[in-house]
Amino acid sequence: MTLLSLNRLTKSFGGLTAVNNVSFQVEGGSIVGLIGPNGAGKTTVFNLITGIYRPNQGEIIFNDGSIVGQPTHRIVSLGIARTFQTIRLFQNLSVLENVLSGCHCRMKSGSLAAMLRLPSQKKEERRAVERALGALTFVGLESQAEQLARNLSYGNQRLLEIARALATEPQLLILDEPAGGMNEQETGALITLIRRLRDRGITVLLIEHDMSLVMRVCERIVVLEYGAKIAEGEPAAIKADPKVIEAYLGTEENE
Amino acid sequence: MMDRTKYLYLAGTVVLAAAPAVLNTYWVDVLNNVGMYAILGLSLNLIVGHAGLFNLGHAAFYAIGAYTAAILNSHFHIPVLWLLPLSALTAGLFALMIARPIIHLRGDYLCIVTIGVGEIVRIALINNVFGITGGANGIFGIDRPQIFGWVIRRPQEFYYLIWLFLMVTVFLFQRLENSRFGRALNYLREDETAAEGSGIHTAHYKLMAFVIGAAWAGMVGNIFAAKMTIISPESFSFWESVLMFTLVILGGSGSIPGVLLGALLIIGLPELFRGFANARMAIFGVAMVAMMIFRTGGILPARPRTYRLPQPAAAVEAKP
Amino acid sequence: MEQFFQQLTNGLAVGGIYALIALGYTMVYGVLKLINFAHGDLFTIGAYLGLTLLTSLSLTDRLGPFWGVVALAAMAMGLVALVGALLERVAYRPLRESPRLSAVVSALGASIFLSNAVMLIYGARFHVYPQDLLPKITLDLFGLQLPLVRVLILAASLVMMTALYLFIQKTRIGTAIRAAAIDQGAARLMGIDVDRVILLVFLIGPALGGVAGVMVGIYYGQINFTMGWTYGLKAFTAAILGGIGNIPGAMVGGLLLGVIEAMGAAYISIAWKDAIAFCILIAILIVRPTGLLGERVAEKV
Repeated sequence: MTLLSLNRLTKSFGGLTAVNNVSFQVEGGSIVGLIGPNGAGKTTVFNLITGIYRPNQGEIIFNDGSIVGQPTHRIVSLGIARTFQTIRLFQNLSVLENVLSGCHCRMKSGSLAAMLRLPSQKKEERRAVERALGALTFVGLESQAEQLARNLSYGNQRLLEIARALATEPQLLILDEPAGGMNEQETGALITLIRRLRDRGITVLLIEHDMSLVMRVCERIVVLEYGAKIAEGEPAAIKADPKVIEAYLGTEENE
Repeated sequence: MMDRTKYLYLAGTVVLAAAPAVLNTYWVDVLNNVGMYAILGLSLNLIVGHAGLFNLGHAAFYAIGAYTAAILNSHFHIPVLWLLPLSALTAGLFALMIARPIIHLRGDYLCIVTIGVGEIVRIALINNVFGITGGANGIFGIDRPQIFGWVIRRPQEFYYLIWLFLMVTVFLFQRLENSRFGRALNYLREDETAAEGSGIHTAHYKLMAFVIGAAWAGMVGNIFAAKMTIISPESFSFWESVLMFTLVILGGSGSIPGVLLGALLIIGLPELFRGFANARMAIFGVAMVAMMIFRTGGILPARPRTYRLPQPAAAVEAKP
Repeated sequence: MEQFFQQLTNGLAVGGIYALIALGYTMVYGVLKLINFAHGDLFTIGAYLGLTLLTSLSLTDRLGPFWGVVALAAMAMGLVALVGALLERVAYRPLRESPRLSAVVSALGASIFLSNAVMLIYGARFHVYPQDLLPKITLDLFGLQLPLVRVLILAASLVMMTALYLFIQKTRIGTAIRAAAIDQGAARLMGIDVDRVILLVFLIGPALGGVAGVMVGIYYGQINFTMGWTYGLKAFTAAILGGIGNIPGAMVGGLLLGVIEAMGAAYISIAWKDAIAFCILIAILIVRPTGLLGERVAEKV
């Protein structure tokens, strides 16, 4: 069943068309890669899905409902979570509190409940901490829960972003270059992690420059160039597609 | 850890309760001012310290609370303390009204706009807006507060009213900052885009910080009006806002003990050293620059929250 | 007609002063993306230093009214420029790499310090500029009376603004300033000494603010240690109105604000005069934060 579907999506900034008439579908329970040369509009597509930008044209359907024009926080609570290409953690807060931010949209207690410390609020806080620890355990950071986020290594900061996104209990997880800055060993662990996410029932959509990761983990790949989709298919087919080789893999492999 | 803090608070309470017995009226009145500014500082701390929204017009909310109490009391003779919730409500509603259109502005612009709002309110009060604020002379003849028929009149009596209010504020705000609400404010202060991307309705929380902060300042305004029995626009000038802002920044933004210390230093210290009073703002100005360069968090910076973590065995997910 | 003409010329003269101060805000903002809250107080310092120089050196007696005032303005500009450079060195340079809001707090602290330092040195009362500084000549334009001092103030501010504009547009140093405003990193890579550009901006801006202080002293006759923040906020409004970071914008914004304020005071209500600028400021920031001449800048996520 189709979880997310982009229909003829277009976004331009001034004279520049960053995303041009792009359509593709993401099936529930799959791992989909979005690739393309620098400046192809990949991150813009992510920003459109998560409501940071509003498309000039086109539709974004998630779980049979349009999410165009919804604010970002609402889209998150509908079940789409993301990580950022440039790490955007709350650097001066603890690792645990970073993950608790993800729990926020699944909690209810407001300011009054907090001041009165109602039993329901206390219980909710306790459960949120448990859930946040669960997410940290899932990515393997539970022992660092009380560290400040800025003291984590680069690779662990990427993992923390995933844990924070996971805590929002997403159906669709969008990863923007999750392996950026990781060494080979960390990348290997990341591949396992992405597969475990899928096994947990979470659909994954990712942008990545590390081709070996994309080819190993993705079941379907969408290729963008100059804001337009030039190919879509399984990794083997994409590898063999002459248009893709010319646009992207060709230059990449020559290096 | 927690116990030590508790004992500290307990000892502080005993000392404070005994203070009026040993101090003369002048010093009790100084402590009254310290207490009121401490509450104002705590209310501003929610906005500036926790949400990171630079508000240099807090005196406007303080003024609206004071004028609400003064106008309703002098016209309809409603006892001032009964008007406490109403002062909170008008100040909060005013904050909601003015903050909504400006809340998306970036830090420094927001700061300038709040200065503008503060000034517009002050000018409106001077110009006797709606014919009810009494112009530059203000409003006089406000009743003293009463509790069960007992009239609060002497500074010593106000002392207990103000410091009780302060303690309740500390108690409630401590809970507030250690909650989903308090955390949300910190997230948006640290990185608004990341907070929104983690599912936090940032605009809502910014507004709520303003509304709650303003409502509390409005209640202090109510007590101020009752204490002075006369209020005028000059009590709510830009310098009042600067004073509140300074005590939060120097004491420790986002830190309750920091704000309390800030109020003590900024309001109390000039009273201790004669001759200091004139130079105090110049010294605070230098201190603000130095603080930003050497110790951004203030004298007593905010400490990270602590959470009671369950035993490792209880943690839910098992590693593969 | 008479009143309209008087308000228009008065507004233009005051607007010229706003524009000179606004240039300091806009140049610093352009290069550092910082609102220099202390800029208004540099203006105050200019007014007070001008008065001290005037009374201690009796410049107008020695050089005649015109050259005396010019010399006075030049000296005030030089001294305030030094204060500005010192301010940058002490309060802003150590915070170059810090979060933006730390620099904002530092700027506020510097502003509080400077205005109160003036108060401690000169006292809290109003000080009065000599009234016979410039000859009290009133020009007669087809039956409309126009005081000479208004013409001179407006002319002087226009001359300085034009000079600054040409300096920024036509010289190598001006090009360096513009380049640093667009992209500091790239400017540095192109061999521009960004620290020197910043220093220069903190010399030129305060110099213009300082001379504006002298002008207010001459025009209104009295000065006070708190005037910096009122004028500062209004000049900042002018900079926003024209589009912050934009030099012609500051000039247009200043003149426009001066005229709007004068007209508002005359035809709407004098009691609300000071609120007009703040209302414009808020309205602009809500409706069109880029100002009249500003360009929209997309934010990258």
